[in-house]
Amino acid sequence: MKELSLNILDIVQNSVKAGATRIEICLEETDERFSFWVRDNGCGMSEELLSRVKDPFATTRTTRNVGLGIPLLTLAAEQTGGGVSIESSTGEDHGTLIRADFNKRHIDFTPLGDIVSTVTTVIQGNPDTDVIFSHSAGEGRVELSTPELREVLDGVSLSEPEVLAWIEENLRGQYDQMRMF
Amino acid sequence: MKTLAELAAIRDKMKAQVALREGNGNTRIVVGMATCGIAAGARPVLNAFVDEVAKNGLSETVTVTQTGCIGICQYEPVVEVYTGSDEKVTYVKMTAEKVEKVIKEHIMGGKVVSEYTIGASV
Ligand SMILES: Nc1ncnc2c1ncn2[C@@H]1O[C@H](COP(=O)(O)OP(=O)(O)OP(=O)(O)O)[C@@H](O)[C@H]1O
Ligand SMILES: [Mg+2]
Repeated sequence: MKELSLNILDIVQNSVKAGATRIEICLEETDERFSFWVRDNGCGMSEELLSRVKDPFATTRTTRNVGLGIPLLTLAAEQTGGGVSIESSTGEDHGTLIRADFNKRHIDFTPLGDIVSTVTTVIQGNPDTDVIFSHSAGEGRVELSTPELREVLDGVSLSEPEVLAWIEENLRGQYDQMRMF
Repeated sequence: MKTLAELAAIRDKMKAQVALREGNGNTRIVVGMATCGIAAGARPVLNAFVDEVAKNGLSETVTVTQTGCIGICQYEPVVEVYTGSDEKVTYVKMTAEKVEKVIKEHIMGGKVVSEYTIGASV
């Protein structure tokens, strides 16, 4: 992927496919490290699938018999000296937590890119899903929670173009302030 | 920065329009957003469709949705357009630049942009 924000979008699509009604996307960075995790309350993975999932020949999809998303993310993280870990459960508290760690200073680190576009894309496609996004870097913090916005919207859909434009500008404004730190 | 008060103003405006909007939405634009699509550039294509639909005031009759893998990875980004009675039209190797033409000629003008369809690509 050209930008890490595209890997993040792709990982979130797995949560969508797993039927999640709540997806948390959390990014944390320091001068040296970049980490993100995605946590969902979707159907989860069996232990057997989980053990195969980093292998490109594991997938439950029928149109193509290789899953690419998690292997691509793993490659992107490992080539910087970082890695990916996954926890998942199909039990009562079903859901999945996937975490990726990167060494920002490594020459093979892929820049984050347009994360705002990733967040708006997720909300556009899943207006009824609770999306909780946060990004902290040093003292700076950007955050957005669709359950909170929904309270203001009072039935108006998050996928309305004007609402999406508001979300995009709000996030870009928060990033402008974060960069001042 | 955009404030919650501005969001509330958008809400009020939308609520005033709600009555008009019901029962519409007969054109669907579906963008493939699996790994192969995302890697090939589906995100800017999706965003361009969302923007063009809004810009041309089509939100009441046209919906833009996302789907998983459409199964033709070598042609990604793939976009399927479903209009009222016509059958499905599949656009392949889409870019954000091609979106305006699809909106103007096909969605608004009713004429398929055949040079972007799968038929022209094989
Ligand atoms: N959040 C999740 N919840 C439940 N199952 C998951 C989740 N993430 C991944 N999986 C399972 O792991 C498999 C592999 O995921 P991966 O993203 O690598 O490939 P894929 O989604 O099948 O295909 P691709 O990403 O190439 O479009 C998925 O098919 C799914 O069964
Ligand atoms: Mg995937």
